[in-house]
Amino acid sequence: MSKPLIGILVGAVLGAFDGLTAWFTPAVRDQLAGIVVSSTFKGIIAGIAIGFFAKKFHSLPLGLLFGLAIGALLAYLTARFAVGGYYFEIMLPGSLVGLIVGFATQKYGRTPVAAHP
Amino acid sequence: MRSLSDQKLDRLRRIATQPDFSGTKYRLIRELGHGGMGTVYLAEDSDLNREVAVKVLNASADEAALSRRMVREAQIIARLEHPGIVPVHDVGVLADGRVFYAMKLIRGERLDKYITNVASLKDRLRKFQAACDAVSFAHAHGVIHRDLKPQNIMIGTFGEVLVVDWGVAKILPPGMTEQDASEAETLRLLPGRHSDEQQRQEHADETTHGTIIGTAKYMSPEQQRGEIDELDQRSDVYSLGAILYFLLTNRAPAAIRPREVDAKVSKAAEAVCLKAMSVSSADRYASAADLGADVARLLNDEPVSAYRENWLEKVWRWLNKNRVLVLIVLAYLLVRIFFLFSPWR
Repeated sequence: MSKPLIGILVGAVLGAFDGLTAWFTPAVRDQLAGIVVSSTFKGIIAGIAIGFFAKKFHSLPLGLLFGLAIGALLAYLTARFAVGGYYFEIMLPGSLVGLIVGFATQKYGRTPVAAHP
Repeated sequence: MRSLSDQKLDRLRRIATQPDFSGTKYRLIRELGHGGMGTVYLAEDSDLNREVAVKVLNASADEAALSRRMVREAQIIARLEHPGIVPVHDVGVLADGRVFYAMKLIRGERLDKYITNVASLKDRLRKFQAACDAVSFAHAHGVIHRDLKPQNIMIGTFGEVLVVDWGVAKILPPGMTEQDASEAETLRLLPGRHSDEQQRQEHADETTHGTIIGTAKYMSPEQQRGEIDELDQRSDVYSLGAILYFLLTNRAPAAIRPREVDAKVSKAAEAVCLKAMSVSSADRYASAADLGADVARLLNDEPVSAYRENWLEKVWRWLNKNRVLVLIVLAYLLVRIFFLFSPWR
């Protein structure tokens, strides 16, 4: 499986899971559907960015760093628009999701073999 | 009259037996090592202005059979063009009548010395896998080494692995039976010596049934019994298994299992080693390539063919292999649980 595709899949699954954990926060439970959709979308965006980065740079440490940064950035943007300002509660797990996607793309993604003329 | 000391006698003997390189393009620098059949010297190739290793037949070994064996060794190595086998540059006869061959000078150390400085099992296994590749290549070209041991594996300065000392190797031409093969171990290089008489002589020089060749602790049981005709590539597989035993335990192979010597040896690694060292050749890996493939699996934390894991071991191996991922996921779950029960919610 290509690195961007792995990024998209893992990002989407983890994003959805991350969104679903909002169910445990009673204050936002009624917005769960919106949270899950936006979290999944965020995961896919992060997955695409991290996947293409992994395609360009074949380095696990760099992939982890980039995943962490993208995860944190997208989580920050989400937290900024979220009601209640749950910066810490959104950013910390969001960064870790980015880290997981960064790891998965570097470790399990396949780099396409260049075609010879 | 004063008698000479042993030291002086040794020195005189060394000078007397030094090879005469006159008439060749080589200039003797110093002795590198001494074996039963030949001595290896460091020499300079004056044409190409580079240092080479030159193996010269020992002065005392003046028998024609040994000369032919030496040429045969050079021929065997020359036909094995592989990064794991030292290339032969030249073969010939010195002015003093002794046969020699020149080969690439390997700068590095023997495997047994190398591992004293290398603690990492992964690195040892990588080197072992490379040795398996070289031996497998030789087998594919019909050559059985017959004296594989840590002392015959060199690690170059760039980490390259070279299998050396093919002096007792057996040629097994493709498509030939074992019986045919022992007859086929003949020489065809010494100039002008291809008469029927010579060929008969060459056949007579070859190792005969009942002769024991190799190094006891690394020798297969059939080799120890002197069953020369029965030897095939699985005999080398046994020796490779014995080398693996040494790499796993830091000890020469013995009757006890590797895990009894060192409890840190994994069950899978022990199983690979013991399968290669099975008493019956039928129970061993069919080839050095198969053994190398199992070692590659060990290196990649994959299941090996020699050991059947239970589910707990499978899970543990998976967790071990993916420990970074497991740690990140655990961290994520901990963070989630922390926020779930956080007093600040």
